[in-house]
Amino acid sequence: MRYRSLFPRDLFAELDRLQRQAQQSLDATPSIRGWNYGAYPAMNVGTTPKSVEVYAFAPGVDPAAVEVQIEKGVLTIAGERKPVAPEEKAAVHIDERFAGRFRRVVTLPDDVDANAAAARYRDGVLHISIPRREAVQPRRIAIE
Amino acid sequence: MSEQDKAVARSAETRADEAALTPAVDVFEDAGGITVYADLPGVPKDKLQLQIEAETLTIEGEIVQELPEGMEATHAEIALPRYRRVFTLSKELDTEKVVARFDKGVLELRIPKAAHLQPRRIEVQVE
Repeated sequence: MRYRSLFPRDLFAELDRLQRQAQQSLDATPSIRGWNYGAYPAMNVGTTPKSVEVYAFAPGVDPAAVEVQIEKGVLTIAGERKPVAPEEKAAVHIDERFAGRFRRVVTLPDDVDANAAAARYRDGVLHISIPRREAVQPRRIAIE
Repeated sequence: MSEQDKAVARSAETRADEAALTPAVDVFEDAGGITVYADLPGVPKDKLQLQIEAETLTIEGEIVQELPEGMEATHAEIALPRYRRVFTLSKELDTEKVVARFDKGVLELRIPKAAHLQPRRIEVQVE
């Protein structure tokens, strides 16, 4: 199931989405795992010289039931978000929020230390920090 | 319009100009009222703003994240630091009795219908 956080009600947001999609279809070498824009949870990834930081925007899930795994340099975040059950006889006017099982995958750089990864969940965001190995951190070499 | 009102109107205008993400919502209606769920991941409780003015409901939230020093973003799907969504309410809703809950990035709003407007069964007379 596709989850769209940007909805056509907001014209500018929708134009932004169209522009991204146009750019993606012009990309001659997209990722083997597809574009994934608009999937649940939305992901931001950043790097520092010492670590790789992954932010998964996964509101309303039980953090204990989320599976975070690093295997062969690939980070997988999987879990399930239960649908809210409206009262019987209730009319559903808008139904945009994602419900069901989800799985997202990120390829990590080669130099990360998977054993030292740490994950935290706060305000609906899962933050995974994976340090890079000491040996490959940039070092200044003194010239003698 | 007093000076203060003008200042408030101005700040609302500048806020509305800023680009924001549109959060996904669910809206259910039952006999007693309307329930709204909105996904606002990354927004702490104190940065969530709910406003009901006349018949307009505005949901706004600012994303707060501790980013490590010197971090370079390599991939961003949440590329703006705030959410905004505006709804027009209808007259039968009692905006004085709105109840809001915010947990793990999900907002739950309950807007009851005014008591005197609760559904009444109308008997059809057959002559």
